[in-house]
Amino acid sequence: MSEVKARVLIVEDETVIRRFVRLALESTDHDVFEADSLKRGLIEAGTRCPDLVVLDLGLPDGDGVDFIRDLRNWSNTPVIVLSARSGETDKIDALDAGADDYLVKPFGIGELIARVRAQLRRHVQQTPVGETLIQFGNVRIDLVRRIVERNGQVIHLTPIEYRLLAYLISQPDRVLTHRQLLNAVWGAGHTEDTHYVRVHMANLRKKIEENPSLPKHFLTEAGIGYRFIREDT
Amino acid sequence: MSTERPNPDELLQRLNAEEAHARRGRLKIFFGASAGVGKTYSMLSAARVAQSQGTPLTIGIVETHGRSETDELLSGLPVLPQKEMEYRGRVIREFDLDAALAFGRDHPDGLVLVDELAHSNVQGSRHPKRWQDVEELLAAGFHVWTTMNVQHLESLNDIVSGITDIQVRETVPDRLFDDADEVVVVDLPPDELIDRLRQGKVYVPQQAELASKNFFRKGNLLALRELALRRTADRVDDEMQAYRLRSSVQPIWPNRESLLACVGPGEYGEKVVRSCARLAAQLGVSWHAVYIEVPTPRGRDQRQDHVLRVLKLAGDLGAVTASIAAPSVASALVRYAREHNLSRLVMGRPSRRWRWWPGSRPIMEAIEAEADDLDIVQVSRSRTAAIFSRQSSASTVQPESSWGGYAAAAIACLLTALLAVPLLDVFELTNIVMFFLLVIVGIALRYGRGPAVLAAFVSVALFDFIFVTPQFSFAVSDIQYLVTFAVMLIVALVIGQLTAGLKVQAEAAMERERRVRGLYEMARDLSAVLMLEQVSHIGARFLTTEFNVNSALLVADYQDRLQIMPGATAEVDMAVAQWAFTHGEAAGWSTDTLPASRCLVLPLKATMRQRGVLAIEPIENTLLSPERRRVLDTCASLLAISIERIHYIDVAQTTTVQMESERLRNSLLSAISHDLRTPLASLLGLADTLLLTKPSLAGQQLELLQSIRAATLRMNSLVNNLLDMARLESGIVQLNRQWQPLEEVIGSALALCKPMLDDRPLQVRLAPDLPLLNLDAILIERVMVNLLENAAKYTPAGTPIEIMARTDGGNVVVTVDDHGPGLPPGREEAIFEKFERVKKESATPGVGLGLAICRAIMEAHGGTIRAENRETGGARFILTLPRGEPPLDDGTEPDGDNASIGESSNE
Repeated sequence: MSEVKARVLIVEDETVIRRFVRLALESTDHDVFEADSLKRGLIEAGTRCPDLVVLDLGLPDGDGVDFIRDLRNWSNTPVIVLSARSGETDKIDALDAGADDYLVKPFGIGELIARVRAQLRRHVQQTPVGETLIQFGNVRIDLVRRIVERNGQVIHLTPIEYRLLAYLISQPDRVLTHRQLLNAVWGAGHTEDTHYVRVHMANLRKKIEENPSLPKHFLTEAGIGYRFIREDT
Repeated sequence: MSTERPNPDELLQRLNAEEAHARRGRLKIFFGASAGVGKTYSMLSAARVAQSQGTPLTIGIVETHGRSETDELLSGLPVLPQKEMEYRGRVIREFDLDAALAFGRDHPDGLVLVDELAHSNVQGSRHPKRWQDVEELLAAGFHVWTTMNVQHLESLNDIVSGITDIQVRETVPDRLFDDADEVVVVDLPPDELIDRLRQGKVYVPQQAELASKNFFRKGNLLALRELALRRTADRVDDEMQAYRLRSSVQPIWPNRESLLACVGPGEYGEKVVRSCARLAAQLGVSWHAVYIEVPTPRGRDQRQDHVLRVLKLAGDLGAVTASIAAPSVASALVRYAREHNLSRLVMGRPSRRWRWWPGSRPIMEAIEAEADDLDIVQVSRSRTAAIFSRQSSASTVQPESSWGGYAAAAIACLLTALLAVPLLDVFELTNIVMFFLLVIVGIALRYGRGPAVLAAFVSVALFDFIFVTPQFSFAVSDIQYLVTFAVMLIVALVIGQLTAGLKVQAEAAMERERRVRGLYEMARDLSAVLMLEQVSHIGARFLTTEFNVNSALLVADYQDRLQIMPGATAEVDMAVAQWAFTHGEAAGWSTDTLPASRCLVLPLKATMRQRGVLAIEPIENTLLSPERRRVLDTCASLLAISIERIHYIDVAQTTTVQMESERLRNSLLSAISHDLRTPLASLLGLADTLLLTKPSLAGQQLELLQSIRAATLRMNSLVNNLLDMARLESGIVQLNRQWQPLEEVIGSALALCKPMLDDRPLQVRLAPDLPLLNLDAILIERVMVNLLENAAKYTPAGTPIEIMARTDGGNVVVTVDDHGPGLPPGREEAIFEKFERVKKESATPGVGLGLAICRAIMEAHGGTIRAENRETGGARFILTLPRGEPPLDDGTEPDGDNASIGESSNE
């Protein structure tokens, strides 16, 4: 696998965690910068122009969500959030603010490296716009002709299912919250009706996944949202 | 005319009435023209039939009057024991209401037979009348059969006594008769009745003789029979009309020509009220009765009592009553009629006596002058009218006339005349007239109307006698003085009338103003109050100063027990207080319930519920006027609102404290969670980093590192369990429920457990018709993960795990089956206890919190979890979740429903 050499910023107040994250990322040939506070992190993000930010939500001088909001004003750099398991609302806030993925503490290094790799790949791939033919598993989607095929058979999708599908596949590897999906598919007036997404997502899975209760491409992040994964894991 | 739609207000009213009706018991009245027609007999016969059909019934009270046929019928029917009460040294047996209520509670559909609805209870009973006992039974939802004669109907009472010349004191309000669910007329032709009487079948012989002479005359019986049949026919007509309205067959809408009975101070008020009640019943309209209190300085108390009785009678007959103080009867009546949308006034024919009196225009003419669109119905002044006036005027003490006032008036006039004599030379005669007029004004102000009238006449006489030539003679030399006398008399009378009237009005207004100010002050004081004790003191102070009564405030505690608040000055009869509280109605002194009590108890009704009662003990025993009662009611509601406000202040404070402690607990938990997880995260991360460092570790070192990693993960899951349990146990579990498909939750749980289950065959079978469920996805995922983890831990590697879900009535049932050794028999329930493990101290890790957490989560969702051993071996965990009502709207676009993407060309 050809690994892209990237610049990664770690914003984390815990020295030990910063240390091993740095070691892990350096072992995969990335350049790593560290910051131990929100203020420092913003300065580093501005001066170092990182390709990716690993951010702890609980920082001594502020909320990680504020960091993301600030960053998103001037940068599309992917952000992976580190958080404790209990703070579902924190995670949703961070993702809504523009974070791309999250990891629950404690996390394995293998997992961290995989997520970092996925985000970097997405960031690189997104730039050349105009991929109109998307293929994953045995599904083929023609975005121009709006045709979805599975095993060579055309699948019938309702307009909503198609919009949902198109939005998910446009942002692979990224965790999309219910609110983001509702906003993209139903518009700003429906951001509280999370069951809309769930109902249509279930239908979409039935049509696209081989085993809808053990999905491979459209994964559920319980209580948070969904993630589309293009490659079989 | 086009068919009208039923008036929505009326429909609503009818719905409410029907609802109230459904809760009430059913009343059946066996109705007859007179005693002896066989009402009790028919009732008992019907009861025997009902009993044979299995209706549980009991006889509350039946008076057989020694009639053998009736006695025979009675045998075999269950009879409630009667209450023995002592009254003036005699033991009197009475209907036992409490025993009947107890019977009704044991037999919810039971039937109570209560003979003689009009009977008056002995003093000391809960209600003065038996019909009130019956009302309480009905209100409690029990069915009652009863008997009654036509002469006992309140509105016919005067007619009956006019026909028979016998006063009937025991009466029953018409509404009871009109609202009865069934009325059975028991009819017997008069001749047969007289026959039966002669044969001694009606009363025991010695009474029969006397009775037949007075009452059982054929003429009487015929008239009574006609009355009974007509009254029943009226009722049937009402029912018919109600039916027609209900089914909207050619609706005949009664135009609301409601009646206003104008009660005067004289003895004909009662007759007016009865006539108006009959008229209102015939027309099927509501009615009001008002008394206009015109300021008069004397005899006020005596008339007041009589008027209060008449108004109470009107209230009993179903009227809305009021007593209004106003200077002019006519304009007050017109205003009242307009305010309440009453178009017909019913009043007594004006008396002829004072026709010539200046300014005493008949009220009717005055009303006509003010409002010519009001109908006026005159009631004749016949002799039959005043049963209760006679009785009441006998009982009321005539107040002593204020002779003092008249004497003072005469003396004042004489003195004026004497003082004016020496002035005769100085002043003109006209100015001396002025002196007299001044004195009359003074007398009117001081002593009122009567003495002023006397003073007017005396002054004219003295003026004539002393001052007008020839002096010291009533003869008049100059004829023009006659004009002076006439003018002087008229002016004196008018001034006297006006002055006296003004004074009384001013007094009445001041009295009212004082009372209203008292209420205002109480309201203001109450608004600043934070403690129940203060409410009690403020209420007591107001009642003592304004009404000169003792009082006590009783507030219901959390178990609805009444507690007397400090500051009470009255002795409270707890039985009365409890009755008023449970029924939400006033009881005790001057009410219909337990009137023998010293206390009047008013319920404190606030917006949400009854807050308690207010007991009022009058120091002097006077009747309570509607005005005073209204002020008392206002006072009671002010107190109730204050008590409720204080209650909600308490509630709000408790809630704030709870929220604060909840917040504290949450921040504590997340701090602990953060502090525990950070070192775990470091441990795991460092172990992983070691694994990745080059050169790679080998052999034993690698193995040790793997163990460190595994132990860290285990530690993490223990910490998770402990924190979850702490959170679930810390109070109300806050669920973040959303409607979602079960499949998704199971899917995400399976994805989390994938590393543990990698080599196991997994089967997920979900019924296709599973509805959306209202779940906290993260918590239910936790339940599934815990169950799957258990299955992975306690069953041999490679054995399959099956998950199934289906709907079952109002629930969705999820089962998780494994193929392991199963649960130890008899411990299927115990495993859900905290710190409970299948095998103590086994090598399998865990502290036994997993299933306890599952149970707590399922219970928070209103679901259940249990375990059993399957017949084919292995354990089965069964979860049920309530289906609820999923939202119908799933965000599908109505217009894009059928269009599909993918089919050739959509755009």
